[in-house]
Amino acid sequence: MPAPATIPVEALRALAPRIRADALRMIAAANSGHPGGSLSAVEILLALYRGVLRHDPARPDWAERDRFILSKGHACPALYAVLADCGYFDRDLLPTFRRFGSPLQGHPELGKLAGVEASTGSLGQGLSIGLGMALGHRMQGTDARVYVLMGDGEINEGQVWEAALSAAHLKADRLTAIVDINRIQLDGFTSDILELEPLADKWRSFGWEVIELDGHDLDALVEAFARVRSIDGRPQVILARTTKGKGVSFMEDNPEFHGAPPSADELARALVELGVAHA
Amino acid sequence: MPDRPVRVLGKATRDAYGETLAQLGRENPRIVALDADLSKSTKSVVFAKAHPDRFVNVGIQEANMVGIAAGMATTGMIPFASSFATFLMSKAFDQMRMAVANPHLNVKLVGSHAGVSIGEDGASQMGVEDLALACALPGFTVLVPADAVAAGSLTRVAAEHVGPVFLRTGRAKAAEIYATGTEFRVGGSVTHHLGRDVNVLACGLMVFEALEAAAEARAAGIDAGVVDLYSLKPVDADAIVAAAAASGRLVVAEEHLHHGGLGSIVAQVLAERHPARVVSVDLEDRYAESGTPEAVLEACGMTSGRVLEAIRKASAL
Repeated sequence: MPAPATIPVEALRALAPRIRADALRMIAAANSGHPGGSLSAVEILLALYRGVLRHDPARPDWAERDRFILSKGHACPALYAVLADCGYFDRDLLPTFRRFGSPLQGHPELGKLAGVEASTGSLGQGLSIGLGMALGHRMQGTDARVYVLMGDGEINEGQVWEAALSAAHLKADRLTAIVDINRIQLDGFTSDILELEPLADKWRSFGWEVIELDGHDLDALVEAFARVRSIDGRPQVILARTTKGKGVSFMEDNPEFHGAPPSADELARALVELGVAHA
Repeated sequence: MPDRPVRVLGKATRDAYGETLAQLGRENPRIVALDADLSKSTKSVVFAKAHPDRFVNVGIQEANMVGIAAGMATTGMIPFASSFATFLMSKAFDQMRMAVANPHLNVKLVGSHAGVSIGEDGASQMGVEDLALACALPGFTVLVPADAVAAGSLTRVAAEHVGPVFLRTGRAKAAEIYATGTEFRVGGSVTHHLGRDVNVLACGLMVFEALEAAAEARAAGIDAGVVDLYSLKPVDADAIVAAAAASGRLVVAEEHLHHGGLGSIVAQVLAERHPARVVSVDLEDRYAESGTPEAVLEACGMTSGRVLEAIRKASAL
């Protein structure tokens, strides 16, 4: 079915800096938001929306569509930029992010903006919702798939592991989780706050198919998303090692940019680094 | 004027829920049930046996269950998620808030073992804050049946209503009040008799206690009436105002803590529209303890005798 332009990996690579720039401009304009975790998720979002998902931006309620849930809702600047790029809504809306009356809420809300599939922002909820979607699809005999992107800090939440247990038990093989492992949460490095390793072993022991990759490698992402489609009988998780703040040198691996907006000067420097200074 | 009611114990409201849900499953293929390992207690097991392909026992995971129900609802299914009222509300409140209430999804949450009438299991299992929590959620409809007929009917009402619903059921056998076919609706109420001296506004098991107490009061010369406010949210504000206008003095009776339940709802309506004095019969501001249901209900004042005392007190105001 429809056509949201699946585009070649080369073109995706070229698109990534523009998505990053859009996200940073939105956060700067709002003077609030979460740059680090938005930038770390850009390639994952691009691979999904422009290479993997069966969706139609002209019909966001199409019943047979694949679903994507941004469980790490604070990364919504990147999601909004990608949705606008796909044509879900006009790019002119992007600068209204976090403004009163804008559908671009500070964290995504279902029903406010075309393309948003769940209300997230209270961490840990997306995987359960995605599992419910997958079960609903199965009961109705549709073959749609569900993808849920979580943060590595987010998976501190117990509900994630409730959902991990039950998704495997219920053999939800059209459910794919992605963990954006950018190694930083609000208060610091994940290894200091709450150690997650050995993370692949944890998911494997819960009954999930585990794929580990570089979350900025678009070839690897597209290939992994193709591979998960062939896995029957169990859910899959892609552990995507990423860099928080990816693409902007002074934001990379810097916990200060988890939830702080760039100043005007920092935004200008970031846009230069991204090569889109006059875009 | 109605006679003194005869106490005939019928089915528990949870039984009527389970049976009606199974029937609804036969009528509508989009109805699906979830439980968190309490299906034999909540009675969603009746649905599970009739429709195993549309029942999901998620295990002891209330938060996950409510999230799953929300996801199912976005695909067009009509999920009924059951657990004990306290576990649903306390363990999955955030999920009800963000996954269900925020996007106003068509999810039905059914909390059993509400109030103190479960008896022996004690305070940890008693849903006594559930109504306050459910009513706090924007867009939620909150329904509290008084007997098995009401429970069956309100289960159907919940299925037909588009939007989130919390339905409260109980473990104890419920005294029969309503004839089969009595009509219930979102925002409705049943006025059993409008008294000129005192009216008792009640929900759940306290409706029968109120009917008994009001009959005794009338025998003693106090014209007492009873209104069953089974729809806590939206509440039938006109019925509350009518009761206050008729008697000026009211009793509110509920198997719930003092704060945030029916008493708070009634007080708000009265303050806004028709100020009147209220005497409360509720679980006050403390947890109950183990014992036989009769002993616990007696100790907590969930009896017709206590309602009668409140009627006398109100009539003297």
